[in-house]
This record gives sequence, structure tokens and C-alpha cells, in this order.
Amino acid sequence: MDNIHITGGIIAAVGGIGPGIGVGLIGAKAMEAIGRNPEASGKIIPNMIVAMAFAEAIAIFALLFAFIG
Amino acid sequence: MASLAADPLFNIGPVTVTNTMTDMVLVDILIFSLAYFIYKHHKLVPGFMQAIIEMIIETFYDMTQSVAGERAKKIFPFAMTFFFVVLFANWTGLLPFITAIGVYHGEEFHPFIRSASTDLNFTFSLAVISLVATHSMSIRVLGLKGYLSKFFTLHPIHLPIGILELLLEFAKIISFSFRLFGNIFVGKVMLLSATSAFAFFLPIPVLFYEFFVGFVQAAIFALLTMAFMTIMTTRAEH
Repeated sequence: MDNIHITGGIIAAVGGIGPGIGVGLIGAKAMEAIGRNPEASGKIIPNMIVAMAFAEAIAIFALLFAFIG
Repeated sequence: MASLAADPLFNIGPVTVTNTMTDMVLVDILIFSLAYFIYKHHKLVPGFMQAIIEMIIETFYDMTQSVAGERAKKIFPFAMTFFFVVLFANWTGLLPFITAIGVYHGEEFHPFIRSASTDLNFTFSLAVISLVATHSMSIRVLGLKGYLSKFFTLHPIHLPIGILELLLEFAKIISFSFRLFGNIFVGKVMLLSATSAFAFFLPIPVLFYEFFVGFVQAAIFALLTMAFMTIMTTRAEH
């Protein structure tokens, strides 16, 4: 029973809530913007990827502590 | 599960050489040989390698100009160097068979080359270098008085904001270093787990994801350096 990392699992699960919602919101707004103006998708998509990487960094912080702690 | 610290390989005098240091040497060799190759063989009508490099540099220069405006000429070399170093440091961890060549120390197996971004020393020093470069460029453009008046003014509302911004600079170091370290290290652990679970087809999507994440994290490092340099070199408006 000692080998199961319970605290690691809790850290990763709780730390993934916020970034999950954030990435979903970014994607939703990007889809909306592309729907309004399909020709601008070449400008929207790289910015969306950058914003998603920022939001995902928080989830990676949580995952890092899940591995270490 | 890979260890958090880099594995030591051998000792030169008092210095212990770890396997991320050897990866740094490999990255240096790659970058310098690429630069020397372009220097020796550059023509007016570009060949294949030169065309790729020109495309990458021109894309980034346009992006720098849209972010930075007229100071793009000073900011661009910093951002591009960070991009190339972090890109090659991330991608050398994905070369095939690279973690299979190593040495046994007792029971543990230490590969010779391990991606440099999985070492917190590397990412932390890159973040510190980026911040010191930003601040020294700010001092050079604004002068010492202008630089200090960004943080410490006598106005009662701007003074706490200025001190908070000073603390934010330290948070930037942590954020820079841990973002890069976390992404690449967790990717390495995922790759190791996927390979030890089922070594034949399972690691392929993980490898694609790691390839993409390596590129995106390098681009983000360069983009953030560029953005912070632009912010720090603009005069405060009243």
C-alpha cells in the first residue's frame, strides 16, 4: 500500500482543473473567432497555440510536483 | 522513472561532468557547424539549407517587428539565439538510440547524452541570462534614472505597483525556468513510461507530441524574452 502515490495523484488531479478549463476556453474563443472570419485562421491558430502553451505550463507545474512529492 | 538530477559520468579535476553537459557540447557543435556552413557556402541564389534558415529567420524577424517595432534590430539576436539553443537542446533528447549508449555505474545505467533542458541548472541559468539581458538593455536605452523610475516613484499609487513589479521580475525567473524544465522533463518521463510499457507502437504518438512541445517551448521562450525586452525598453507614459 506504500507504493501507491496518493498525494501525487491528488496534486496532479487538482492541479489539472484550472488549466483544463483555461485551455478549453482559449480553444472555444479561437473557434468562435475563426467562425466569424474564416480567412483569418492563419493568424488566429498560431496565437491560440502560444496561449495554450502558457495555460498548459501551470498544469505541468502541478505534474512536476506530482512526480517529485 | 528518470532521476531529477543529471547523472554524473566522469571527473575532470574537481569538476564532475554530467550527461546534460555532454548534451550541451553536442548542441554547441550543431549550432556552430550550422553557422559555419552557412557562412562558407552562402550564395545569392540560396541552396536548400540556406533557404530553410532564411525562412525561419525571416518569419521570426517579422514576428519581432510586429511585437517590438523599431527596436527589433537590437532585440532580434537575443531572441533568435535563445530560440536556437533551446530548440536544439530539446530536440537532441529525441534522437533515436541516443539514450541507449551509456555506461553502467554499479546497478544503474547512465546514458551518455541526456536532453539539456531536463536539467534545472540549464533552464535556470537561461532564465537568469534572459532577465539580466532584459534589464541591462533597459538601462542602456532608458538610462539609469529612467530605469529606476519605472519601479520607484514618489507618486502614492505608483509606488506599491512599482515594488510589486520588482517582485514580479523574480517570479519571471521561476516561471521561465520551471516551464521549460517541467515540459521537457515530464515529456521524458512519459516517453520512458511508454517505452517500458510497450516498446513498439505506443511511443510514436508520444514522440510526435514531444517533438511539437520542444518546438513550441523554444518559441515561447524566445517570444517571452522578446516581449519583456519590448516592455522594459518603452518609456513610461504619464
